Amino acid sequence: MTQLSLPRRAPNLSWLLLVPAVALMAGVVYVPLIQSAVRSFGDPPSLQEYADLFSDGITMTVFWRTLGSAVVVTLVTLVLGYPYAYMMTRASARVRGLLMTVVLVPFWTSAMARNFAWLILLERNGPVDRIFQFFGIHDVVFYQTTTGVTIAMTQVMLPFMVLPLYSALAGIDRKLLLAAQGLGSTPVKAFWKVFWPLSKVGVMSGLVLVFTLSMGFYITPALLGSPQNSMIAQLISQRATQLLDFAAAGALGTFVLIVTLVLVGMANSQGGSISAISVVVNTDSPKGNG
Amino acid sequence: MTQLSQSNSETFAAASLAAKSGTEVRLEGVTKDFGLAKPAVDDITLRIEPGEFMTLLGPSGSGKTTTLNLIAGFEVLTKGQVLLNGQDVGALPPHKRNLGMLFQNYALFPHMSVYDNVAYPLRERKTAKDEIQRRVGEVLELVQLVGRDKHLPKQLSGGQQQRVALARAIVFNPKVLLLDEPLGALDRNLRGALQLEIRRIHREVGSTFVFVTHDQDEAMNLSDRIALFNEGEIEQVGAPEELYARPETLFTAKFLGDSNVFHLGKVSPIDNAVAWEDERWAVDANTVSPKVASDRGSALVVRPEGVSVSKNRSEVPPDANAVKATILDIEYLGSYRTLVLALGDARLNGRARIDAQSSDFSLGEEVVAWWRPYRQRLVAE
Repeated sequence: MTQLSLPRRAPNLSWLLLVPAVALMAGVVYVPLIQSAVRSFGDPPSLQEYADLFSDGITMTVFWRTLGSAVVVTLVTLVLGYPYAYMMTRASARVRGLLMTVVLVPFWTSAMARNFAWLILLERNGPVDRIFQFFGIHDVVFYQTTTGVTIAMTQVMLPFMVLPLYSALAGIDRKLLLAAQGLGSTPVKAFWKVFWPLSKVGVMSGLVLVFTLSMGFYITPALLGSPQNSMIAQLISQRATQLLDFAAAGALGTFVLIVTLVLVGMANSQGGSISAISVVVNTDSPKGNG
Repeated sequence: MTQLSQSNSETFAAASLAAKSGTEVRLEGVTKDFGLAKPAVDDITLRIEPGEFMTLLGPSGSGKTTTLNLIAGFEVLTKGQVLLNGQDVGALPPHKRNLGMLFQNYALFPHMSVYDNVAYPLRERKTAKDEIQRRVGEVLELVQLVGRDKHLPKQLSGGQQQRVALARAIVFNPKVLLLDEPLGALDRNLRGALQLEIRRIHREVGSTFVFVTHDQDEAMNLSDRIALFNEGEIEQVGAPEELYARPETLFTAKFLGDSNVFHLGKVSPIDNAVAWEDERWAVDANTVSPKVASDRGSALVVRPEGVSVSKNRSEVPPDANAVKATILDIEYLGSYRTLVLALGDARLNGRARIDAQSSDFSLGEEVVAWWRPYRQRLVAE
């Protein structure tokens, strides 16, 4: 029996493609993250900083304010973004391009420009204030309030809701709605029983994206809010750069990270069984059936 | 003996069920205009009998699918009426028409199990839970998918998915089942198997079936009657045998099966003979299509199986119509051979079907093609 010598296979080195990005992420994100987490336990290590978070009387107030504002922003962007994304799937290619541009313009303008625009809109005796004054309403204040910050953040976050929603909705086969109607559903019921469940993946990714971004949002609250109404990110910044209390800043950062991860994990476990379906929806939808 | 009487009573039961559940579909002057040069569906009138299997056949863009969507209510009529058992449903939305619909791409709800898909129309009708269970069980048995009820659609093959869709479309005993090229996405073998199944289910449930296809073989195989569509109008309606044997127009003759076609120009329908090149052919009055008129072009068509081939004129029977021909090719198809012919001086493409055993023809040979006048058909162009 002759031994066939197999050609020596070159070692598979394609994993090297991962190295640049992983190195960057490790160096710039994960190492500092771990460092700040380690530092948060202080020297000698204790849970004192974490205990202080709950007892200092400020941190929790700011945390709940941030969480509340993030929840409101997330839900309002969903309510505004879903119909918009839905109409984008129904529109002609031209109108769709226009609608897409309208969503993307905020992406193309600098964050500073956008937030200064809000500043001008919402400031005392600014256009918004004057409209309210015109109707004789003088006690509505948006500038340097949580309400004003939340309104501006909603606008800034809207694209992050619309884009994942659009890509999910565009993948749903519209024949399914006709089928549901043919089987006895009103158009409204067909939407809730067929279209909405199939769009949940997009809803989930939009919710997670907007919520996580809102939790850590810095620039809008910093410009539009006031120190009395600060958000978590400002508090962290203040503790790190002004008070130079790195342990406290690290503890706060770690705490927010954990809360966010838990909430995202819960959302993903909700969407887990659904995301499997979305793959099917996208691959099974008819391709160019006359 | 007992077995025989039992199967008889089953037949009776099926027959009485059919008589009960079939619904008459009537289209009166139905028109759908999308604002193009010609309406997609142009003034169609058609009566579909209760319990009938009617196929809307035609090339793509001929208006057959639009007609189906008008019956279903997915499109709004421009003009005319759609009547179900005499009731005008033109103003009713799809969910109030109580029709079953089967789509080419199945349109199963991907987030629901087979059971939930099939139960969907029953739940929409607020059917009691145990009744739903019973009906879904019955109809899954009917389409031979017992034991698959917990599967998601993506876990099934294309053929199985279409069976689920079929089960879902008939589970609520719809008055009419509309089928929009339901077998188009399946491969040939599967298509054949599902054709048999659809016929069986049609016999068993007895609903009126309206089936859309562009596949002539499928239409011939399944239908009680075929409505042949051409450019938004119905060219001819009739049983498959009738359309094949007695086409009224050249379009029908060419769409269903092969034909030898001789263009004659304008002829008078009352003449008992027509001329083509130097030939003079006898015309039997009952082979003249009612659409032949002296102001409209006509053609003489003969099916390949009606054409015989002889070596010379002396072998042709005196009462036959004949034309000279050249043999271009001989195709062997197992049970028969087809001679591919060039007919007359014009060397028209033609075909004659001959016995598989006869092998005394050779390529390029000059022969005479002939047929009895009753095998030909004079049609309008």
